[in-house]
Amino acid sequence: MIKIIGTGRKLPERSVSNDELAAMVDTSDEWITSRTGIKNRFVCTKESLTDLAEGAARIALEKANLSPQEIEMIICPTIAGDFSFPSLACCLAQRLNVKCPAFDINAACSGFIYGLEIAESLISKYKNILIVGADMMSRLIDWNDRASCVLFGDGAGACVVTSGGALKYIRNNADANPEMLFAKSRTGNSPFTNEESDGGFAAMQGQDVYKFAVTAVGEEINLALAKLNLSAADIDYFVLHQANSRIIDGVRTRLKQPPEKFPMNIDKYANTTAATIPILLDEMIDEEKVKTGNTLMMVGFGAGMTTGTCVMVWE
Amino acid sequence: MLEQLTTVLRNYKSDDSLQVAETTTFEELSLDSLDVVQLIMDIEEEFGVTIELDKSMKDVGSLLTVIAAAKS
Repeated sequence: MIKIIGTGRKLPERSVSNDELAAMVDTSDEWITSRTGIKNRFVCTKESLTDLAEGAARIALEKANLSPQEIEMIICPTIAGDFSFPSLACCLAQRLNVKCPAFDINAACSGFIYGLEIAESLISKYKNILIVGADMMSRLIDWNDRASCVLFGDGAGACVVTSGGALKYIRNNADANPEMLFAKSRTGNSPFTNEESDGGFAAMQGQDVYKFAVTAVGEEINLALAKLNLSAADIDYFVLHQANSRIIDGVRTRLKQPPEKFPMNIDKYANTTAATIPILLDEMIDEEKVKTGNTLMMVGFGAGMTTGTCVMVWE
Repeated sequence: MLEQLTTVLRNYKSDDSLQVAETTTFEELSLDSLDVVQLIMDIEEEFGVTIELDKSMKDVGSLLTVIAAAKS
């Protein structure tokens, strides 16, 4: 079993408001805010994704009172690192001057929870595991598409995991439907195929994604509660993937829980995909919201369509 | 069925006096695209059916049509 002993987050310097986007595409602050809860996002200009991952990782290590050399495995949940290969985790290992197993996983916005389950399964062999959810969606969105470019931001969130009894439940799943939310890979210039590029931009069926999210997240939460013989009232915080405040409110309303149990920071950062949960968790810890003994349920959902759910009693 | 749908709409809009007809549009009800999805999920629960999302749905009448199709 595992516990989290340090968290960190790193956002790019450049802030982009809804008003700034409204000057670029046909949208408005009111439209974006009312439909998503987003007011702002941060976007890389000079930073690489490795820069963000390193920044978040060093903060998490400092909070964990560990040197980088005490890390025995690095896992980076990410949709796309700075390179197709090598992995973001290997780029991060170089920055930290660490020699250990290092690899990326892609479970889209559920990736952080997938990373926790991998860490949980390997913790008996690797004493301290660094998990860094990091994504640069500014590379993948079509900045001329008003429906998608307003939704995302760049960022990284990290945690250090070691042996402990905090994790009480974890379940990851995929209800396979790749067409609902996707970005195609680059096509290259192979003379042996006629495959055409669509630019590789993120595309989504917004209404279908919303319905999947509210339904699947609700089902996963109820499944976790049933397995642990708990009710929603027993959970101190539901730390949900920050994709859209309306999704989070939809889930919360169905569970009949108060807003303060569903913390949100999507207004500041938008959807940073695999980074949203560790960024939010780190903020909550900095704000001293999370206290020893608190029960947290973290739920990710994203392209695939994937879900990841875990329950921790904070140590 | 309109009466049952009206009850769902009243609950969703938190408006006990809401009156709708088949010609009442989503726009007149101030329902955006995500409201429509949430409403359809509430309808699925109320009527015990599964409804495919269809962007051409614009009014209460189109909701009644898909509910009837889903029930048949």
